[in-house]
Amino acid sequence: MSRPGIPPVIIAAAAIAFASQAAMAGEPNATRQRELSRLLVHECGACHGMQLRGGLGPALTPGALKDKPSESLVATILSGRAGTAMPPWQRFLSEDDAQWLAAKLVEGGVDAVR
Amino acid sequence: MRCVERFSAVLAAFALAVAAQAADLRGTGDLGVVVERAAGRLQIVDTTARKALSRVDGLGDLSHASVVFSRDARYAFVFGRDGGLTKVDILEARIVRRVIQAGNSIGGAVSQDGRVVAAQNYAPGGIKLFDADTLELLADIPATSGADGKPSKVVGLADAPGRRFVASLFDAGEIWVIDARNPRAPAVERHRNVGRQPYDGLVTPDGRWYLAGLFGEDGLALLDLWHTERGVRRVLPDYGRGEEPLPVYKMPHLRGWAIAGGYAWLPAIGRHEVLVVDTRDWREVARVPVAGQPVFVIARPDARQVWVNFAFPDSARVQVIDAETRSVAATLSPGRAILHMEFTPRGEEVWLSARDDDRVVVIDTATLATVASLPVAGPSGIFFTSRAARIGF
Ligand code: HEC
Repeated sequence: MSRPGIPPVIIAAAAIAFASQAAMAGEPNATRQRELSRLLVHECGACHGMQLRGGLGPALTPGALKDKPSESLVATILSGRAGTAMPPWQRFLSEDDAQWLAAKLVEGGVDAVR
Repeated sequence: MRCVERFSAVLAAFALAVAAQAADLRGTGDLGVVVERAAGRLQIVDTTARKALSRVDGLGDLSHASVVFSRDARYAFVFGRDGGLTKVDILEARIVRRVIQAGNSIGGAVSQDGRVVAAQNYAPGGIKLFDADTLELLADIPATSGADGKPSKVVGLADAPGRRFVASLFDAGEIWVIDARNPRAPAVERHRNVGRQPYDGLVTPDGRWYLAGLFGEDGLALLDLWHTERGVRRVLPDYGRGEEPLPVYKMPHLRGWAIAGGYAWLPAIGRHEVLVVDTRDWREVARVPVAGQPVFVIARPDARQVWVNFAFPDSARVQVIDAETRSVAATLSPGRAILHMEFTPRGEEVWLSARDDDRVVVIDTATLATVASLPVAGPSGIFFTSRAARIGF
């Protein structure tokens, strides 16, 4: 069975990302974005639900995150939250990666990365 | 001439009918299901032929889906993340019934007498009991609230002798024993303050003990199901995240815990270790260093080997522990992202899901050679019907 292709939405997102590359220096490249999308669905999804609607960890949908400042989301992703099950990901993610992930969560582009 | 033609047509029709009959009549003892989690689909597999027989679509969000079997091992009850409970006929490869029973569910259990299906729900947190035939709702038991005021997530639900179910409340820190002899009016026995954040639980294969792992502190909560009036006690004070907790990238699963040959083999939390515990006194007797954070630690049915898979980023490996020497006997690289392992009923082979390779790999447990590989899109859980007859599965 063939691996599912890259959904057009991601290609579109990647194209937009590239177009705005100058404005957002350090944004992960297209290959990295695909890896991050996969990580989001599968690894983050293990706790937050594959569609990020919540599980052991809270929902990470745009609605759930709308009042949360992006710096705090990035900090949570990189450093985790002590005393909870949310682990720090800085061993595997750069600051840019975490920023891209946080933006992705807030935009709600997640269904597209399934 | 014409007569001969007609006769052969009749013969052919007869042969077809016989073939169809033969196909209909078969047991389910060597069948199982594999969850294709992103596709929301099940594959029905035959462990004797080592191949897929058919597919069943339309099961919704199957991330973290779990499956339990009816007592006659013909039907699979599939619990999805979207709160869907689907009853699938394995022989006819079709959905018999499907209900959306909660916002968010992670699993369930079938009662000892096979009549009741229980679902454990995250949101809204609680337990629901259903008629196993019709999926009619029989009882709805909302969970006690946690610190945030919302009904607690329910984890570690398992069936227990006496037509009971046992479960843990993650946020509320409770263990519940539910007497489902009268499933429309179940009696709930609440054990409070069992420890912080029980994250999963299991009933031992003999049906006597319920064990819950604690995420929020060290130790395990243990309940004697012969004597629930004696209450929950804490065992294994050194089991847990310890003084300097390590990050945990995936919650270890207790459901598959290996309790065999008088020992329990437990995944350490955060640490790259498997703990060996004597089940007579619940004391730790050894620690086996392994290649990553263990997720599933599962004994071969004869308890001679214990197989371990790992959390991100070590999920491409699987290790085989020799139960006698309590050391790693082999390290395998069967594929990328090994999410689950399931032994054939008597353990001559083990099926592994390699999510990122879109394959299920079948390994001979004596030679450790790969004997088959099946294409499956993003496989996660593998469940064989032999679970139907096991307590706590
Ligand atoms: C082992 C389980 C687990 C995994 C894996 C996990 N998380 Fe979490 N996450 C949690 C929990 C639990 C919380 C809630 C912490 C709290 O109670 O404050 C959380 C909280 C968060 C929050 C803050 C949400 C808010 O409302 O403030 C973000 C953002 C987040 N996680 C992102 C991620 C990302 C991105 C990944 C993957 C790289 C990930 N998480 C993987 C368990 C997990």
